[in-house]
Amino acid sequence: MLARTTLLLFSAALFGNSTLSHAGEWSGYISGEFRAFADSPVDARQHDNNISFSAQPEYYIDWDDGQQSFTIVPFIRWDENDDERSHADIRELTWLKAADNWELRVGIRKVFWGVTESQHLVDIINQTDLVDASDGEEKLGQPMLNLALIRDWGTLDLFVLPGFRERTFPGEKGRLRFSPHIDTDQATYESSDKDQHIDYAARWAHYLGDWDVGLSYFNGTSRDPSFTLGQDNKGQPILIPNYVLIEQWGFDLQATLGNWLWKAEIINRSGQPDRIGQDKPYTALTAGFEYTFVGIADSNADLGMISEILYDERGDDASTPFADDILLASRLTLNDEQSTEFLLGMIFDSDDTTRLLTLESSRRLGANWKITLEGQAFINITDTELLASVRKDNYVQLEVARYF
Amino acid sequence: MHNLSLNLKHISLLVILASLPLLAAAETDEEKGLAIAIEADKRDTGWQDQTASLEMTLRNRHGQESKRNIRTKTLEVSGDGDKALSIFDSPRDIKGTAFLSYTHALIPDEQWLYLPALKRVKRISSNNKSGPFMGSEFSYEDLSSQEVEKYSYKYLRTEKINGREAFVIERKPAYKHSGYTLLVTWLDTEMYQPLKIEFYDRKKALLKTLTASGHQQYESQFWRPATMSVVNHLTKKSTDLHWKDYRFKTGLTDRDFDRNSLKRAR
Repeated sequence: MLARTTLLLFSAALFGNSTLSHAGEWSGYISGEFRAFADSPVDARQHDNNISFSAQPEYYIDWDDGQQSFTIVPFIRWDENDDERSHADIRELTWLKAADNWELRVGIRKVFWGVTESQHLVDIINQTDLVDASDGEEKLGQPMLNLALIRDWGTLDLFVLPGFRERTFPGEKGRLRFSPHIDTDQATYESSDKDQHIDYAARWAHYLGDWDVGLSYFNGTSRDPSFTLGQDNKGQPILIPNYVLIEQWGFDLQATLGNWLWKAEIINRSGQPDRIGQDKPYTALTAGFEYTFVGIADSNADLGMISEILYDERGDDASTPFADDILLASRLTLNDEQSTEFLLGMIFDSDDTTRLLTLESSRRLGANWKITLEGQAFINITDTELLASVRKDNYVQLEVARYF
Repeated sequence: MHNLSLNLKHISLLVILASLPLLAAAETDEEKGLAIAIEADKRDTGWQDQTASLEMTLRNRHGQESKRNIRTKTLEVSGDGDKALSIFDSPRDIKGTAFLSYTHALIPDEQWLYLPALKRVKRISSNNKSGPFMGSEFSYEDLSSQEVEKYSYKYLRTEKINGREAFVIERKPAYKHSGYTLLVTWLDTEMYQPLKIEFYDRKKALLKTLTASGHQQYESQFWRPATMSVVNHLTKKSTDLHWKDYRFKTGLTDRDFDRNSLKRAR
């Protein structure tokens, strides 16, 4: 429905009195990925090493002297073993109109809010595509109407979000999943409108000298499901996602002071049940810094040291594994022709010996290829933790992408 | 007069002095260097805004090349450094990445980077302007706007270079995080544009040499080079910039250089 409206608006604008400034253009990538796991899976139905291919083409055209544009970004992934990971999505299908002091976007889009590295508390518009990336960094396209008011006192973004997207989860054969696995077909909703509930959001963002600030509000269906235990049609135990209605205030701040970046994100959410089913309002926080040593050892390379605290006032009852944790990370940027980068990070649980180790690195090959090496290790995970079901899922992943 | 904290009165006085032909005899080398810098600045004032596209060719010591294609938009800001937006078209893995900077003479620039894959606008640290731009031999400092207050000056001599008459001027950066201790500049006596610059690093060793060529005049006033090449004498790497499609006074405003425009820069 929304896609059709977008196309109609697009056509009206296109065939109205405007002229095309230049022909549209295609870009995007095709990628192949190999994941190797260190251990046999927790559940015998889960796969071992895995191959997957994905593609994300993008078509963009603008007219009206660049003041209007249309973008479509489909995404498709095929996975060797996990049927849930083989999926397609419209990441973007947007018509944009920009004017002197406002911008209007209608269609499906991705929006990012926030400043921190370890987790993104404030970022709430898009659903997480958890099959695509287990770290939660990939998002599904969200249908929206977004009006940005651009004034001297900052930018005020207003959102109407019709149509909810359920979180994607690995299937029973997939790795990096909960055990028992999640049956998305049985998802339940607090709202009687289910996934047709219309959500609203607003964000004010501004910068004053060295300070960048954002204040945001969201009212609608939580992107984070709660879970109840159930059975599938074969009588096997499964987890059923339940999507409740929430209200969330968010605040984010970054101070850029010399080689220091100081960062904080704070949310207050009400309506979301914790692990024991209580839905008291709660506050959560991510705060920390990134300090960059520029040109280390007389080279062009920069070395960044990152530390963040991850706090959730619900403690062990929190619905996330990061209730009272610390991130220590190091980012090495070689600033070479191939844009070589490494990011090595570890999240420490301050109560026990649980550790989450993450590596991300990438390098361009020639003009159009890029190679990415990633890995995660879950260390000293106890059986009662949220991360217990992934304790055998330490992996490294090699991805080779061809851009065009 | 080589005091760095020149106020506006001094500058306007010097502008008047610099336009007087009989000045040469009375002034010191420092005064003459500054007067030339002020004249160069004056001649390059009033272009309002500029757009251009550039192809960057990076060459390593074995002669292997890699290319980058970038489009730039610049807004002239009077009394401060310019605002600049760079949009990357290639390499393709960073296509759509956009870089916004509000440049300043003596304090750190304000810089934001838009990462299209993440839809994320990141404010980045800009304390250090000496880092390489896109893995090239140009630093951010080399490509940012040239304000009079950025340096102290000393006139050395006038000599011919590649058949053109040039003032040779010594410039010392006033910005404390500059990557250089000294720049020796050959400034064309007619165009008031650099033909050659020698950069001396923090150890006062000759680090790299820039040459500019193929200058053309736009709007019957503003000279711009078609090619700028930098050779790094330590690493033997080099970078060529080929500029194309210079346009001036296209009607850009502050609105084209805000964080919103960064997200839709194409």
